[in-house]
Amino acid sequence: METLQKIAFNRQGFDALMDLLEQPEWLQDLRREAWQHFECLSWPNHRDEEWMRTDIRAFKLDQYALVAGSSDSFPSGTLSEGVDLGGRLVTLDSMPRVCELEPQWAERGVLFGPLMQLVTEYPDVIRPHLMTKTYNMAADRFAALHAAFWSSGSLLYVPRGVAMKQPLHALLALSDGSADLSHTLVILEEGAEATLLAESCSVPSATNSAPGGFHCGGIEMIIGPGAHLRYVNLQDLGQGVWQFGHQKAVVHRDGSLQWTVGALGSRLSKVNQHVELVGPGASSQVNGVMFTEGKQHLSYHTLQRHTAPHCRSDFLYKAALQDNSRTVWRGMIKVDPGAQKTDGYQRNDNLLLSDSARADSIPGLEIEADDVRCTHGSTSGRVDEELIFYSRARGFTRQEAIQMIVTGFFQQVFDRITIESVREALGRAISRRVREYE
Amino acid sequence: MTDTLEIRDLHVEIEGRPILRGVNLTIRRGETHALMGPNGSGKSTLGLVIMGHPNYEVTAGEILLNGENILEMEADERARAGIFYAFQRPIAIPGVKLADFLRHATTNVRNPQRKEGEELIPMREFRAELKEKMSQLRMDPDFARRYVNDGFSGGEMKRAEILQLAMLQPKFAILDETDSGLDADAVRLASQSIAEIGGERMGLLIITHHDKLLEHNPPQFTHVILGGRIVETGGPELAAELHTKGYDRVRRDHPEASELNDRNNEVEQPQLAET
Ligand SMILES: Nc1ncnc2c1ncn2[C@@H]1O[C@H](COP(=O)(O)OP(=O)(O)OP(=O)(O)O)[C@@H](O)[C@H]1O
Ligand SMILES: [Mg+2]
Repeated sequence: METLQKIAFNRQGFDALMDLLEQPEWLQDLRREAWQHFECLSWPNHRDEEWMRTDIRAFKLDQYALVAGSSDSFPSGTLSEGVDLGGRLVTLDSMPRVCELEPQWAERGVLFGPLMQLVTEYPDVIRPHLMTKTYNMAADRFAALHAAFWSSGSLLYVPRGVAMKQPLHALLALSDGSADLSHTLVILEEGAEATLLAESCSVPSATNSAPGGFHCGGIEMIIGPGAHLRYVNLQDLGQGVWQFGHQKAVVHRDGSLQWTVGALGSRLSKVNQHVELVGPGASSQVNGVMFTEGKQHLSYHTLQRHTAPHCRSDFLYKAALQDNSRTVWRGMIKVDPGAQKTDGYQRNDNLLLSDSARADSIPGLEIEADDVRCTHGSTSGRVDEELIFYSRARGFTRQEAIQMIVTGFFQQVFDRITIESVREALGRAISRRVREYE
Repeated sequence: MTDTLEIRDLHVEIEGRPILRGVNLTIRRGETHALMGPNGSGKSTLGLVIMGHPNYEVTAGEILLNGENILEMEADERARAGIFYAFQRPIAIPGVKLADFLRHATTNVRNPQRKEGEELIPMREFRAELKEKMSQLRMDPDFARRYVNDGFSGGEMKRAEILQLAMLQPKFAILDETDSGLDADAVRLASQSIAEIGGERMGLLIITHHDKLLEHNPPQFTHVILGGRIVETGGPELAAELHTKGYDRVRRDHPEASELNDRNNEVEQPQLAET
C-alpha cells in the first residue's frame, strides 16, 4: 500500500490494484468475483424499494479515487475519552497510522489491527469468514464495488474464552474529497468477550466547512457461542460525504451483541444493518441515535432475522431532525419457520425540530413461526408544546426547555448504552446540535 | 410594601370560545385564598392564564404583579418574577431526571438575570437542599432520579409539584387540586407542608374540591367561580358551606352564570357521545 498513488474505480484501476496488492490467491479470486458483479449490476435507482426515498443521482463515482492520504494530522475521536484502552487503530485515508494492542491481549492470541496486513499473515483465521456468509457482494453495486476495491479496515479476533476487559478503539479519518473503502471484520470465538469502539470522521478542512468524500464500507461480525460483543459505531463524517454501507452481525448460540449506532454526519447515508440470530439463546440489542441538520439524508434499512428458536432481538432507534434534513428507517423483523419462542422488538422514534424536516419510519414484521412475541412501533412528531410550557412555567427559557426535552428524548437510548464514554460523547454531540427551534 | 397580584376584569377565550368572563381578584403575599367552583367553571383556566399558557387568548383585562402588567411576559419570565402554578395535570418529561430539572429551574428562578448557558447552582449545595426538602415531604431521595412525572402515580405527581413549590419559593402560588389523587395520610402531610412552605411567605390561591387542604390552610377569602366569573366572595365559612351543601344555592342565586357554566360544559358532550 505504500506505493498507492491513484486508483480509479474502473477497469484500469481494478487491474492496477490487483497488481499492487500482495494478497493470497483466494482473495484475488474474491475480488475478481466482486468485480464481475460490479460490471453486471447497474446503479440503484428510485424504482428499487430500498432506494425510492434516497436520491443518489448527484453522486458521481468518477469524482473519487483511492489516493494516498495527504494530511498528516488526524482527529483524536471522541469515544475513547477517559477510557483505559486495550488497543488502538487509526486509519487515515486508507492508511494505518497508529496500531497498538496491549501485550497482555496479544499474548493471549488476540489480533487487532489493519485487515489488509493481517489477511496475509493470518489467512487461517480470516479466510473462513471474510465475505463468505456475512457479506453479500451482490447485494447492490456499492456492495460489489466495496468487495472489489476494499483496501483498508480492521480486524478484531478474540480467541476462545478470552474476555477482553479493556475496550478497543478504531478511528477512521477521511480527508476532504477522498475515498475510503474499509472493511471491518470481527470474530469472537466461543465464550470470548470484547468491546470495540469504532468511529469515522472527516479531517477538518480549512477551506470546506462540510468536507466531502466517498465512504463505502462493509462490516462483518461473527459472535461465537456464548460470546459477548459490544460494538459502537459512531459516524460523524463531514456533511459532504456520501456514505454507503452493508453491515451485518451473526450471533450464535447463547451469544450476545450490543450494537450502538450514532449517526451524525455525512451528506447522504444509505446503510443496511442486519443482525442474524442463528443459535438458540442468542440475543441482540441495537441502539441508534441520529441527529441530522442542514440537508442531510440518512437512510437506514435494518433487519432482525431469527433463524433459531429462543432468541431475543431488541431494537431502538431515535432520531432528531433539524432544518431540511431527512431520515428514512425501514425495519424488519423476520422470523424463520423454525424460530419458535422468538422475542422480537423494534421501535423508532423521531423528533422533528423544524417544519421542513422529514422522517419516514416504516416498521415491518415477517413471521413464519407461530409461537413468537414480536412487537413494533414508531412515532414521529414535533416537540410537544405542553412539555415546553410546563418547563417554562418552572423558569426554563424556550430554548433551554427544548434542549432539555431533546436530550431527554435520547435518554431512553442512553439508558441502554452501558459504556459511559459513549453516552457522554453522544450527549455532547447532541447538545451542541440543538439550535433555534420555532 | 406587600407584594400584590391583581387580576382585573379578565376575559379569556380559547379557540374563539369565551371561558373567563370578567374575573376580578386581588391576592396579597401572606394571604390564602380558596377558589372553588363546579367542574368546567374556569378554575384551571385562570391558573394557566396567570402562568402564561400560550393557548389561551386574553381578550380584555389585566394581570398586575405589583402594579405591573405581566400579560406580555412569557411563562418563564413570570416564573422568575415569582409566580408558580401547580398543575392539576402535571406533564411528563421523559428522560429528564427530576433532580436535574429542578436544579436548572431553581437556578433560573433564583437568578432571574441568568443568561442561557451560565453556571447552575453548585451540585453539592443543590443536592443537600433537595435532600432536606424531600425528607420534610417524606419523599424517598431516589425519587429525584426518576424522570419528571414519567410514570408517576397521581399522588406522586402532586407530591412532586409540592416539592417544586418548596424549592422555587415563589411569591404567589396557585395550587390546582394539589390534594386530588392523594391518600388520606398524604393529604394531611401535603396540607401541613403547604402551610409550612407557603403560609406567611406566599400568596396562595388554592383550587380544591375537598376541605382537607383548607383545614391546615384556612383561607381568609373564599371565591366561588361559576360560568367564568367570580360570583361570590366570602370567608372560610363559605368554603365550609360549599363542602357540605354543594353549589345548589350559589347556582340559584346566580342563574345566569349557572347557565353559562352548563353551556360551557355542554359543548364537549356531543363530541364525547360520538366516540
Ligand atoms: N385547552 C382547552 N381547549 C378547549 N377547551 C378548554 C381548554 N381548556 C379549558 N377548556 C374549557 O374551558 C372550560 C373551563 O375549563 P377549566 O379546566 O378551567 O375548568 P375547571 O374549573 O378547572 O374544572 P375542573 O374542576 O373540572 O378542573 C371547560 O368547558 C373546558 O372544557
Ligand atoms: Mg381544573
